[in-house]
Amino acid sequence: MTETLLRVRNLTVRFPMPRTRLLGPRPWLTAVNGVDLEIEAGRAVGLVGESGCGKSTLARAILALVAPQAGTIEWRGRPVRHDDATGLRRMRRELQVVFQDPVGSLDPRMSVGESVTEALEALEGAQAAAASRARVGSMLAEVGLDPALHARYPHELSGGQCQRAAIARALVGRPKLLVCDEAVSALDVSVQAQIVNLLADLRRRHGLALLFISHNLAVVRHLCDEVAVLYHGRVVERAPAAAIFAAPRHPYTRALLAAVPDPDPAAHRRGVAPELGAASEAVADDGCAYRLRCPLADEACRTRAPRLEGTGDGHLTACHHGRARPAAD
Amino acid sequence: MAGSIRASAMTEGALWGDARRRLRGNRAAIAAAAFIVALVLAALLGPLASPYAVDQVDWTLSPLASPPSLANGHWFGTDSNGRDLFVRVWSGTQVSLLVALLATAVSVVIGVAWGATAGYLGGRVDGWMMRVVDVLYALPYMFFVIILTVVFGRSLWLIFLAIGAVGWLTMARIVRGQALALRQREFVLAAVALGLPTRRIIARHIVPNVLGTVIVYATLTVPQVILFESFLSFLGLGVQEPLTSLGRLVAEGALEMETAPWQLLVPASVLALLLLALNFLGDGLRDALDPRLG
Amino acid sequence: MADGALFEVRDLCVQFATPRGRVNAVREASLEVRRGECLAVVGESGSGKSQLFLGCLGLLAAGGVVQGSARFDGQELLGPDSTPRRAALGTRVAMVFQDPMNALTPHLTIGRQLAEVVLDRGLLDAAAARARSLAVLESVGMPEPEARLRQYPHELSGGQRQRAAIAMALMTHPDLLVADEPTTALDVTVQAQVIEVLRGARDRGLAVVLITHDMGVVAGIADRVAVMYAGRIVETALARELFDSPAHPYTAALLASVPRLDTPLAGRLVGIEGQPPAPGAEPDGCAFAPRCASVLDVCHRSRPSLESREARSVACHAARLEAGAGR
Repeated sequence: MTETLLRVRNLTVRFPMPRTRLLGPRPWLTAVNGVDLEIEAGRAVGLVGESGCGKSTLARAILALVAPQAGTIEWRGRPVRHDDATGLRRMRRELQVVFQDPVGSLDPRMSVGESVTEALEALEGAQAAAASRARVGSMLAEVGLDPALHARYPHELSGGQCQRAAIARALVGRPKLLVCDEAVSALDVSVQAQIVNLLADLRRRHGLALLFISHNLAVVRHLCDEVAVLYHGRVVERAPAAAIFAAPRHPYTRALLAAVPDPDPAAHRRGVAPELGAASEAVADDGCAYRLRCPLADEACRTRAPRLEGTGDGHLTACHHGRARPAAD
Repeated sequence: MAGSIRASAMTEGALWGDARRRLRGNRAAIAAAAFIVALVLAALLGPLASPYAVDQVDWTLSPLASPPSLANGHWFGTDSNGRDLFVRVWSGTQVSLLVALLATAVSVVIGVAWGATAGYLGGRVDGWMMRVVDVLYALPYMFFVIILTVVFGRSLWLIFLAIGAVGWLTMARIVRGQALALRQREFVLAAVALGLPTRRIIARHIVPNVLGTVIVYATLTVPQVILFESFLSFLGLGVQEPLTSLGRLVAEGALEMETAPWQLLVPASVLALLLLALNFLGDGLRDALDPRLG
Repeated sequence: MADGALFEVRDLCVQFATPRGRVNAVREASLEVRRGECLAVVGESGSGKSQLFLGCLGLLAAGGVVQGSARFDGQELLGPDSTPRRAALGTRVAMVFQDPMNALTPHLTIGRQLAEVVLDRGLLDAAAARARSLAVLESVGMPEPEARLRQYPHELSGGQRQRAAIAMALMTHPDLLVADEPTTALDVTVQAQVIEVLRGARDRGLAVVLITHDMGVVAGIADRVAVMYAGRIVETALARELFDSPAHPYTAALLASVPRLDTPLAGRLVGIEGQPPAPGAEPDGCAFAPRCASVLDVCHRSRPSLESREARSVACHAARLEAGAGR
């Protein structure tokens, strides 16, 4: 039985908004709204959605960089609380992150070798100089960087090289789960392919689990076993990758997949549904958040928010219509 | 987007090499730096070049206050007590610079520590820490200094304390702003994700990345401190005999402005040129260290 | 109407003075855009694709020097007389950028900004300007155009802002629209809509230059494609031919490295080893040789020139040999 590394239940993260009125309640923005998520050892879970859907906030809550207002996070069976320093330290040894901006995620005043060494010492305590040099060197080599580059500063390296260094820093402590927050989105296409391959290789070699956050569905399809689709802070669909890409059930997932331009001029792209409302409009009531853009929206969608439910094959959807007609088009 | 990230890498990496290169191209700043070096050397070596001592009265002169002349060895003239102005100006410059450097150092150390901590921690802690700064800012520091002088008597250390106590406030505000911005940067988030303790993150990641701004403002603080000290001396609260400072000399010279103009002109010129050079250098440093300009 | 090229670039070079010496961003680039067609200029970072057009339009950053020829509708834009360029820019040639906030002023309403484009140039009076603003907003598919005129940029979503920026560019009914990475910062659903807008404009007779690194977007709109690497154009072809049978190894590798949804999953993505040469550090011979799968000895020694056959040009020794032997 594979171990469940991460279990997130009903996670809610809200941010206070600037006041527009002097009196009365302060407005809040709900970035993550009651999300459930599980990641088992060795599995790669993709989290997709567009800007403002809350995927980055969700990642930061999982990494305990941001405190949730409600919900629980369990790491390997033990609850993790934001104010529990020992518990957090234990979790951080096994849960690490790679961010989107390769150059910005490295301290510009430290060489890449120093950044990786700092990670090693933070996670495993002070090291003998020679031993840590060796570990750092072999880690750099493992991510495809010439160990001689350890003295270089981030601004002297390319985006791809910096991202490799960031991956080295994240993996030097041999974590069990790596969170990749748009880790390849800022890279050139040819470099992106290299890094995706690197992540796949490292996963295979170390049995690493991945939480891969991206707006690029094609990359997610390539890397992930399971995919969760986020819209306005809620999971609207979750299924094994093959099922979601072959037969998406939620209208939003279908719209997303239809909108991805494939590099094939022969494929005819019909006009996409017109923008019914600004995508960033928050829905402040009890109905389905997607109904403003959904071609299937009806009275039920306006009054009742659909729950995430499945038909028993591991494919969950939050839609009043999606479940009844799988892959209708 | 990858291209723009690449571009930001080029401008972001304003490490000292790039900054040095930019500074070298700034003629005003280089000239200012050279001038300051020359001035410091003059201040250190000047008194040795002259046969007179700081408080030595030259009784051979009549009147005691005599204008600059090459013949009698008083190259800047003498003050109303017959003391050689050349030596006094350079010793005064020494004292002014010493006060400025030490007081600036104090304000940098306290200001950076306070501001970086407040900015990084954010939230309520930041609120309270900066309220303290706001309150101190609002206090009329002149009264503060006068009261301290009355209570503790006049001493050089008191000057440092008074000036340092005021100087760190602006530095704290500036550093706090920078720290607030840095807090959201991904490399700081990565450090938190590694479980690094807060003090280590502040010391290793926040402070080194605000140093550029700190250096610039410290260079611009030095002239403010010198002016403040001069102002105190002008009011009679500054350094006391036998020490002298540029401010004191200006104060004394102002009294004799009509009859012995050189007594005002010489220290005032040195003071003005020093402040000008420091400001040019500070501007140059800011341009060099802030890559977003040009 | 003559079928001549609307916009013709010949042997364009763009150089920048950097602390480390002169650096070539674009070398000897030649291409043309015909009326009513969409030319996509594709390349990764450092390929020079943006600098090429910024150079032609006189929009280079400080320290940039442009040489060569760029003719718009027969008139030389880069000659000693800058009148043709200033006349063309903003009226007959318009540009749209990646971040719509580069074109939109935050403190003016959309309506005011659109109208200013024609009012400033004295092309229309206020009433006609408003009418055209509405018409242009409709043509870019802006929902509720009347309401948008009174709104400020920050009240619009990202996609709506980009539509507004495109609308601004279309106010003078230009003949050529240069769009520099217009969809890169947008969500994929919004991206599809913006491409739809550009396609509509192209169908109505506007010539479009689309600068991008996204091959999927190219496939959705381009008639012809020019591929750039390390400051040079390495291949141009009709879009369909480029995607079906890319001649240059870089183009082939670039296409192969794009992950797609419409093909079965392969084991590994095909990346291109190494990275593009830093500007100023190009090797002798072909700039792509160190990374090329089809590299020959001659590639390291001599740089291949761009050779054209029918609608296609390639700068590659290996491609030429193949064409000679195979077909």
